[in-house]
Amino acid sequence: MSDQVPDQIYFEDIEVGDNIPELVKTPTSQQLVYWAAGSGDFYQIHYDTRFAQDTGLDDIIVHGALKHAFLGELLWRFAGPEGQVKRVQCSYRGMDPAAQGKDSAQERKFTLRGSVTRKYTEGERNIVELSIEGVRGDGSVSTPGTGVVVLPSRG
Amino acid sequence: MADQEYESVVTDEMRAMIGVKGPETVNELTTTSVRMFARAVGYVDPAFYDLNAAGERGYRGLPAPPGYLGTPIYNPADSDPTFGGRRGQGFRSPYPLVLNGGTDIEYTSEQICSGDTLTSATALASLQERWSGALGVPMLIQISETTYTNQFGQVVAISRGTGISYPAAPGG
Repeated sequence: MSDQVPDQIYFEDIEVGDNIPELVKTPTSQQLVYWAAGSGDFYQIHYDTRFAQDTGLDDIIVHGALKHAFLGELLWRFAGPEGQVKRVQCSYRGMDPAAQGKDSAQERKFTLRGSVTRKYTEGERNIVELSIEGVRGDGSVSTPGTGVVVLPSRG
Repeated sequence: MADQEYESVVTDEMRAMIGVKGPETVNELTTTSVRMFARAVGYVDPAFYDLNAAGERGYRGLPAPPGYLGTPIYNPADSDPTFGGRRGQGFRSPYPLVLNGGTDIEYTSEQICSGDTLTSATALASLQERWSGALGVPMLIQISETTYTNQFGQVVAISRGTGISYPAAPGG
């Protein structure tokens, strides 16, 4: 399968405590403009530096909903082509300045990661619950959350 | 920091809004709008861009990436230029500064795809006041719940948003 299509993981293959593959993003100002157009959120603190600074921010910041969507992509990739994302929840505990205002490649990274907290079957559905989070380049967590996916069975 | 004394800004009128659904909004999913959202997140999965690839995976259109529940249909003559949709609807906090506290989207159907039209309605679900030690001001935490129903009459998603509003910081 193309590397653009996520690999399939099966319900039987995962255990509680497993870490899922990470996803690394670099949310530049260009991506925030893409997001404004794609999502319809045109609040100026996300693309107009002077406007952002007038509200007391140091620089433009990443949209909360984009961080939520990044976590959705993390789960989409984990669930694979036959799986389904059933829930994506997160809290915005801190603001994340856009990448171009940061000095190093490490600081510009925004990493999405997760681990399995529960797996169970309900009817014919194989349900997996996860703890997920968005992590800044310095290792601090700005966007903790939870997710639920349905995975296919090998059986 | 211990809670500070502060005066509640929640009125009976605000409390009466809890659970009352606002007007409906029609949200459209097209192939182009799904692709735009997917590009904005950074997806490279062909299911979001190619109808044949999506069809081979069992989708009846391009699947909506998690977080995408359509684009509201509105005319700028009577809409909010920042967030779209109609002006002056729903709960308004008495505090001027607002932070997005969180997002929770639960999917209750198998598929949301291009070609779908989702009708949404939002109700205020809860109001809570709390002292913010970090900001040094009281905060009003509002949770709103939006239900999305597709053109077949199925509820396909429930989205809960947390808004945190607060007055200007002391001396700020």
